[in-house]
Amino acid sequence: MSILINKDSRVVTQGITGKTGMFHTHHSIEYANGKQCYVAGVTPKKGGQVVEGVPVYDSVAEAKAETGCNVSVIYVPPPFAAAAIDEAVEAGIEVVICITEGIPVKDMILTRDRMQGSSTILVGPNCPGVITPEELKIGIMPGYIHQKGRVGVVSRSGTLTYEVVDQLSKLGLGQSTCVGTGGDPVNGLKHLDVMQMFNDDPDTDGVVMCGEIGGTDEEACAEWIADYMTKPVVGFIAGVTAPPGKRMGHAGAIIAGGKGTADEKIAALEAAGVSVTRNPSDMGKLMQEALQK
Amino acid sequence: MKIHEYQGKEILRDYGVAVPDGKACFSVDEAVAAAESMGGEKWVVKAQIHAGGRGKGGGVKLADSVDQVRAHANDILGMTLITHQTGPEGKEVKRLLVEQGAPIKDELYVGLVVDRATQRVTVMASSEGGTEIETVAEETPELIHKVSVDPKTGLTEVEAEGLANKIGIPDELVGEAGKLMQALYQAFWDKDASLAEINPLIVTEDGRVMALDAKMNFDESAMYRHPELEELRDLDEEDVDEIEASKFGLNYISLDGTIGCLVNGAGLAMATMDIIKLYGASPANFLDVGGGATTEQVTEAFKIMLKNSNLKAILVNIFGGIMRCDVIAEGLVNAAREVDLSVPLVVRLEGTNVEKGRQILADSGISVISATTMADAAEKVAAAAAGA
Repeated sequence: MSILINKDSRVVTQGITGKTGMFHTHHSIEYANGKQCYVAGVTPKKGGQVVEGVPVYDSVAEAKAETGCNVSVIYVPPPFAAAAIDEAVEAGIEVVICITEGIPVKDMILTRDRMQGSSTILVGPNCPGVITPEELKIGIMPGYIHQKGRVGVVSRSGTLTYEVVDQLSKLGLGQSTCVGTGGDPVNGLKHLDVMQMFNDDPDTDGVVMCGEIGGTDEEACAEWIADYMTKPVVGFIAGVTAPPGKRMGHAGAIIAGGKGTADEKIAALEAAGVSVTRNPSDMGKLMQEALQK
Repeated sequence: MKIHEYQGKEILRDYGVAVPDGKACFSVDEAVAAAESMGGEKWVVKAQIHAGGRGKGGGVKLADSVDQVRAHANDILGMTLITHQTGPEGKEVKRLLVEQGAPIKDELYVGLVVDRATQRVTVMASSEGGTEIETVAEETPELIHKVSVDPKTGLTEVEAEGLANKIGIPDELVGEAGKLMQALYQAFWDKDASLAEINPLIVTEDGRVMALDAKMNFDESAMYRHPELEELRDLDEEDVDEIEASKFGLNYISLDGTIGCLVNGAGLAMATMDIIKLYGASPANFLDVGGGATTEQVTEAFKIMLKNSNLKAILVNIFGGIMRCDVIAEGLVNAAREVDLSVPLVVRLEGTNVEKGRQILADSGISVISATTMADAAEKVAAAAAGA
């Protein structure tokens, strides 16, 4: 088992004929069961082509009707990416993973509003994607650093997630699923949602969560952990040294109006019983210790 | 992206928000001419810098005569204004806003932000205007009233008037205040703003509701569809190095420490800053080179970091994914040859093609202190900086 995606997922790449979409689809197909899992691509007006051995359709609805795809990954440029999410939601895709960085916040407010009442799960945007090691990779992460195992990883950031995964793998701790929730202020899954999924997953024994400054997602997650989490959680919050009012790369990573500081988040997590480290080099080690308790 | 108060007021005026008569001025003579042409008996001379807290810093002054306007303009224009938001080095004032004075009866607050939790725009209003809203939020949160706006309908008349009522707008002005808030929301929405703050929103002695200040920030990701806002960008208000870096697709922010950091990915870049601090040193910058940095970008990144006279050492922390370590290593070697590398360089490479990358660095002959983990790198760079 795993969460969100596994070897039985059937994936459509939206924006497959673009340079980025093509590149990452290629590497994802090469990883584990990618060849079986990637069944379709979509680019409007490019239907009928074959890219990376995958048939291209004009619309997600058509791709779904022809191939039965149930997961989509989006590499569409920012001005058109929110509409691409809408299209996947309307077609009834179960899980939509949006990699695109730089989507206007207003577009996402409208898209999230349209998603109300829909059963589609959105991951991202501006995220590295989701990987279930040795089964299926959907996104831009380097596949080879991952190992199949029983630790869940959830993070807002890309390379920081790779850092955790690498530490875990080197300690012989494989991962059940790794989820990047993305660096934007208005997005799909939050830490809390992913934490609930890991708690319910019989094949996950513990979770590493990486947060960062901005917003209150980590605090909301901490509250839930305190009441319901049955598995050990290890946390790291990036941005202890970030000055207020400066946007640290991610659109959502900003301390505004005195809110969203790393110290507040660390305090909330510690109060919820999460083992928080201030040393990003120790995330894997701390998980190992937590699992041995 | 941030704009000046006078620019914000021009946008709001276009949307029907009442603002005082005023004019942006770049010289003392212009300020005097503006006051004369506006007429009236009272004027306000306001420093136009992007930072808040201008009043306390001496950047906002009342004038009872045109001569006083001249005197104030003379004082403020060219002064280095220090506020809690400018940092200790302050900011030189190059623009003024000269406005007609308004007879203030009551000072209120209204602000709009994108709320991550509700994934909507939230309108906040309070009777406690004129002070810092953070203080109000901390000490008397019950005095801040909020409406989460449905993006399909926008801020409705009922919602806007409800807020106006709650913050103590007199009954006969509730309709006018409601219209002002609706106009403010529309401006926020149409212009892809990320923040709009009217502090204070005032009720005047003669029964008008007016925005006495205007702060607006905009979503950088939406700038492609707002060329009219791009024109309002004031490069004097932005960090020279940050502008230079952005030309090369680098995400750079100046900080006040001594360790230059070059990292791929925003989260890892913040974590790198944090671990430097943990080992007793302090980061000189945040620098995210992104997912596919080229040799040119790495070289530029080095040039920008090396301009900083406080710099004592550089830490490069790369987790190669799509970006291969051998490519980064080549970039580093080229950069080190092209620039005069006057400080110790600690490099930690991990990920795709890491062995090849380390070999390239070892064979290059450039002086590199290599590190294995982030902790190892932080310890080494702190030691190198202390020794330098």
